[in-house]
Amino acid sequence: MQEKEVILRVENLSKQYRLGVIGTGTISHDLNRWWHKIRGKEDPYTRIGERNKRNTVGKSNYVWAIKDVSFDVRRGEVLGIIGKNGAGKSTLLKILSKVTMPTKGIIRSKGRIASLLEVGTGFHPELTGKENIFLNGAILGMTKAEIKSKFDEIVEFAGVQRYVETPVKRYSSGMKVRLAFAVAAHLEPEILVVDEVLAVGDAEFQKKAIGKMQDIAKGEGRTVLFVSHDMDAIQKLTQRTVVLADGEVIFDGDTDKAIQEYLNQGLDTKPYHEWERMETAPGNDFGRLKSAAIRNEKGELCNRFSVRDDIFIDVEYWDLNTEYHNTAIIHVISERGQRLFASNEFNAPDWLNYHDKKNKGIVTATCTIPRHFLAEGQFSLLVAVGNYNPEIIHAVEDNLLSFEVFDDTTGDGVRGPYAGKWPGILRPMLNWTIKKEPLDKN
Amino acid sequence: MDKPQKHTWLFEISPKSNLLDFKFKEIWQYRDLLMLFVRRDVVTLYKQTVLGPLWYLIQPLLTSVIFTLVFNGIADINTGTVNAFLFNLAGITIWNYFAECLKATSDTFKKNENIFGKVYFPRVIMPLSITVSNLLKFGIQVLIFIVFYIFFAMEGSAGSISPYLLLLPLIVFIMGMLGLGLGMIISSMVTKYRDLTFLVQFGIQLLMYVSAVMYPLAIVSQKLPSYVSWIVEYNPLARVIESFRYMVFQQGKFDLGFIFLTLGISVAVFLFGLIIFNKTERNFIDTV
Repeated sequence: MQEKEVILRVENLSKQYRLGVIGTGTISHDLNRWWHKIRGKEDPYTRIGERNKRNTVGKSNYVWAIKDVSFDVRRGEVLGIIGKNGAGKSTLLKILSKVTMPTKGIIRSKGRIASLLEVGTGFHPELTGKENIFLNGAILGMTKAEIKSKFDEIVEFAGVQRYVETPVKRYSSGMKVRLAFAVAAHLEPEILVVDEVLAVGDAEFQKKAIGKMQDIAKGEGRTVLFVSHDMDAIQKLTQRTVVLADGEVIFDGDTDKAIQEYLNQGLDTKPYHEWERMETAPGNDFGRLKSAAIRNEKGELCNRFSVRDDIFIDVEYWDLNTEYHNTAIIHVISERGQRLFASNEFNAPDWLNYHDKKNKGIVTATCTIPRHFLAEGQFSLLVAVGNYNPEIIHAVEDNLLSFEVFDDTTGDGVRGPYAGKWPGILRPMLNWTIKKEPLDKN
Repeated sequence: MDKPQKHTWLFEISPKSNLLDFKFKEIWQYRDLLMLFVRRDVVTLYKQTVLGPLWYLIQPLLTSVIFTLVFNGIADINTGTVNAFLFNLAGITIWNYFAECLKATSDTFKKNENIFGKVYFPRVIMPLSITVSNLLKFGIQVLIFIVFYIFFAMEGSAGSISPYLLLLPLIVFIMGMLGLGLGMIISSMVTKYRDLTFLVQFGIQLLMYVSAVMYPLAIVSQKLPSYVSWIVEYNPLARVIESFRYMVFQQGKFDLGFIFLTLGISVAVFLFGLIIFNKTERNFIDTV
């Protein structure tokens, strides 16, 4: 298949922000600061900030909102952009729509970029729908003639025919959104940037909007960059998606995989977590968590297992309990948030040997999740330390670690050679017994 | 990445920029937007409550009355054969255009933070449109002035119209450019210093007193020592206002050369303002 030409190229795009106070923002404060300085007194405006900075001393005052982001977009492509809050999506969009400039890197484009960052930009409440269509269209970069030729289409799409001559201040918020989307959707620019518009409007309009965006991309050969938190919309509209995390592209490719990648981010993807100092570790005078780890059978840290692998979970904690018998607790939680099971250290037959209420120490308890038990998917771990009778939880850390289980079709697994979709969260290898009686017994 | 670059890019977004790139071409591309903003301002002015438009009548008239009482009544400033009220009204009418442009453009970035944060268009369209739509308010005030002019002309205390009146568009252009240029410079500074806005109000007030709005230029060198009077005499605004009065009353000073010099100054101020403005527009959204 012949690939279409690259219409937009983002190369090593980076944007740096400076944290904290640059100036005080007002002349009077700066003058006051200067007056303090020439009298040799301390700066009257930094004290509060300095105190707040105590736990981040030594860290740089600069942060990269996005760092070395590169990707190409081809003509007619609908590219999804997803990422958690603060991943850099908005910054990227702001640079794309020229609202702010990058610190480094370059964007090259072969088409005009118009953005629909937030609907109703530049709507003036006193103006009528018609006047606002023209104004909004012009703000988005259309000429008057262009708007005129599309005017009827826009009005019809927004479904506001009856209110064209009514001031927009009397529109419902839904109508305003529809009108704003309609204007932007009928833009001529080759590249349209859409951010979160579908969050508003009723179901019918959302359907219409998604359809329109598909038309724009497919029928009219225009390119759309679509930013959303709505995975359904992303899935419906895009084939390719870029996942941003902490300002960097962590995935660029097939949308289904991208969504997986994005969902996984909700979890802490490290297979290991450690608290260095007992004083600050979660817990109390009876017990504090020290570390937790997910390992494979070689004892290496690992967060990716085949359904054929045993999974070993280490919970290390300071056992300070001289009144009750401490136990480590784990919960295994599916990616959709279902709690699959809980398991306790006290299941170990020799548990009491280690918890004699006398000797404090560092306990490492290891739990084995056997092979052929979990199905493929993402799982997160809750790790806790507590005691029963009476029940006291000393430390609990939800979503502390996570791991992935995958299945393949090599033939000796639960699914055998079958490669299709296999239902269930668990995939235990169970014992089957078989009896068979011949039909023609008589 | 792939084969040697044979792409022809339409445009690039990068941190580099040419300081002297005024982007006039881009402004021209957005001329429709400019006119729509003007239209918006005009329509919303029209749609406002009755007090809004009325204010443009009351403000110059009341100011003129007060000035007449204070400067001509109490301070006894001589306005020659021209009626003192009409004299003041002339000064205020042309001054107001400058002051309104300066005031309205000086908070461009702050006032439009919302829209600037979402869409790109050449930011300068905004102050430009204000300067243009202020022409309407100026027009209203000119109409009032004409009404009073006719009234006083019939009484014989309005001087006579000079042929230089044909240069009025030039005078208005100079005032607009000066107001716009200064306004853009201030609006860029306001993104750094928020409390500058208060100083602007105060500064405009002060500037008015040294711009020969309510006294003839000639009186300055007569009454004030030269180490003070130069402030007024070399103030281009004062010259422009004096020239405007010459055009309508044929009284006072008129120097064609100076008008063209002022034209040059105002264009220079505008271009300087545009450079600063364009520099600010690139990243201001990160600091407000």
